[in-house]
Amino acid sequence: MARTGRRQKPKQHLIEEWTGKIFTSLCIVFLVVTIFSIVYFVATKGLSTFLKDGISFAEIFGSKEWKPDGEPPLFGALPFIIGSFSTSLLAALISAPLGICAALFMIEIMPKIGRKYLQPVIELLAGIPSVVYGFVGLSVVVPFYRDVFPGQGLGIAAGATVLSIMILPTITSIATDALAALPSGLKEGSYALGATRWQTLYRTVLPTTLPALMTGVVLGMARAFGEALAVQMVIGNAPHIPGSLFESTSTLTSVITLSMGNTVMGTMQNNVLWTLALILMMMTFVFVFVVRWLEGRANR
Amino acid sequence: MKKSLMLVLTLVLTFTLAACGQNNTTNSNGSADAPGTTNEGSGNEASSELSGSILAVGSSALQPLVDQASKKFMDQNPKVSIQVQGGGSGTGLTQVSGGQADIGNSDVFAEEKLDAAQAGELVSHQVAVVAMAAVINPEITVDNLTKDQLVGIFTGEITNWSEVGGQDQKIQIVNRPSSSGTRSTFEKYALGTKTGDLKGSIQEESSGNVKKLVKETPGAIGYLALSYLDGSIKSVNYEGVEANVENVANGSYPIWAYQHMYTKGEPNEVVKAFLDYMASDDVQNNDVVELGYIPVSSMQVSRDVDGNITNK
Repeated sequence: MARTGRRQKPKQHLIEEWTGKIFTSLCIVFLVVTIFSIVYFVATKGLSTFLKDGISFAEIFGSKEWKPDGEPPLFGALPFIIGSFSTSLLAALISAPLGICAALFMIEIMPKIGRKYLQPVIELLAGIPSVVYGFVGLSVVVPFYRDVFPGQGLGIAAGATVLSIMILPTITSIATDALAALPSGLKEGSYALGATRWQTLYRTVLPTTLPALMTGVVLGMARAFGEALAVQMVIGNAPHIPGSLFESTSTLTSVITLSMGNTVMGTMQNNVLWTLALILMMMTFVFVFVVRWLEGRANR
Repeated sequence: MKKSLMLVLTLVLTFTLAACGQNNTTNSNGSADAPGTTNEGSGNEASSELSGSILAVGSSALQPLVDQASKKFMDQNPKVSIQVQGGGSGTGLTQVSGGQADIGNSDVFAEEKLDAAQAGELVSHQVAVVAMAAVINPEITVDNLTKDQLVGIFTGEITNWSEVGGQDQKIQIVNRPSSSGTRSTFEKYALGTKTGDLKGSIQEESSGNVKKLVKETPGAIGYLALSYLDGSIKSVNYEGVEANVENVANGSYPIWAYQHMYTKGEPNEVVKAFLDYMASDDVQNNDVVELGYIPVSSMQVSRDVDGNITNK
């Protein structure tokens, strides 16, 4: 009896070990299959524009004319690529100083008030649905820009304003983590040399955490780049390169959301939208690569 | 032991659920096809015991009507379940043509989106008519626009309201995306020509946003279904004809389109019963009117895919 009991124990242990292994491996396999099938799906769909419909690479990336139902149809995606980049860059430019300063306030200047009240409030921003941002943008930001600046108010400026608020939590929380992880010896050393708080922050804390702060900014930009609904509502969606920040233009995502439901799968118009999705996906890869590279620098 | 049991259970549950999901979809597809073929001979005998599931996908303009009618239909036939999804006319036509959906809702004739072979397989059931009007910002002092004036505005040749009898103000176009069914209806029947996307024009996907922007933007012009019209924006007459239900029904106002519910081939028993219900007086005289559409039965003219009008 005792012998069998003893024999069962390692068996049980083995069973647990194996179930655990099998379960985690299955999850990983599932994850990998999902990711690769998505990449494969978007890539085959997106590439069929070039392979099946015979549209040239140069036309998609170089031409400014977007007339999907013209005669002949023209598919120049340059305005959208420019629109996407300018909106997300501008959003990051607005949001980065705000987010980083908020993080400095929460960690270095007034941790008590900051972490107790400010952080939950900023994190709250991440939970608001993007359609709400879009509607606020359409009801508040656009009329304001229309009254103050020449133009209709819809455009890159309105899109970037809405996006900058949306990506604030990303930038702030990553900056907060980076600042909190800073070894205290660095700051103490700086104070011991007689530096003021400002000098310590500016000359020691910020340069040391810069790669991590940049990671936050890039991740924020990636989010801004992929955001569809809120931008679509406030950017105006005319497929042209705008002459000013307050003139209607489009982003890659806004074109996809506007047209995807109205086009028929497998047609040239639909395939080109998948090509735009492919461009978005490639850009996400680039962002992930940049973030990895920055993290590598931060860990050095 | 407990932990591993939990893990195994989770695994088993996940897989059974996944399998169930698949089974369900194949079942519903199967049952959607099966009754049509098996019950065709038996006729209407089984109609008191309707059961099955229907998936209707497509046009967001038609969605509210189908949604409301499907709820009533399900109350009357508790064994029938109807799912109504939006997604646009293109999605509706794709899915019904590919067999994923039982009904594809569309603002436009299938021939306009699909190629001839695919469109030929689909059967149209016209359940309502939607009319559209050009709408302008209420501060603009224009009441009537001719076809030529509208074409001029939407092609960018006319850029100031003073050119069409209004005040000196720049025209701001609030358009729908070029693939939209509403836009193609407006272009086809009001302008008679396709228009490009002008620089500086605004495009919004939802009618609600179009209305909001036309209401707020100085000098704005757009177009909306009649159900969206109220006092906050101004609708203009087209060639002197006011956009209202009577003028659409008697054929004097041309900017309107059928709302189609497409099936692939002839519908099976359940789908047919639902489509018959959509065409019944109960729906046509109540829900259709209530939601701002025009009943097909009240139309004194009919129109084919090429736009030829015939008196009924």
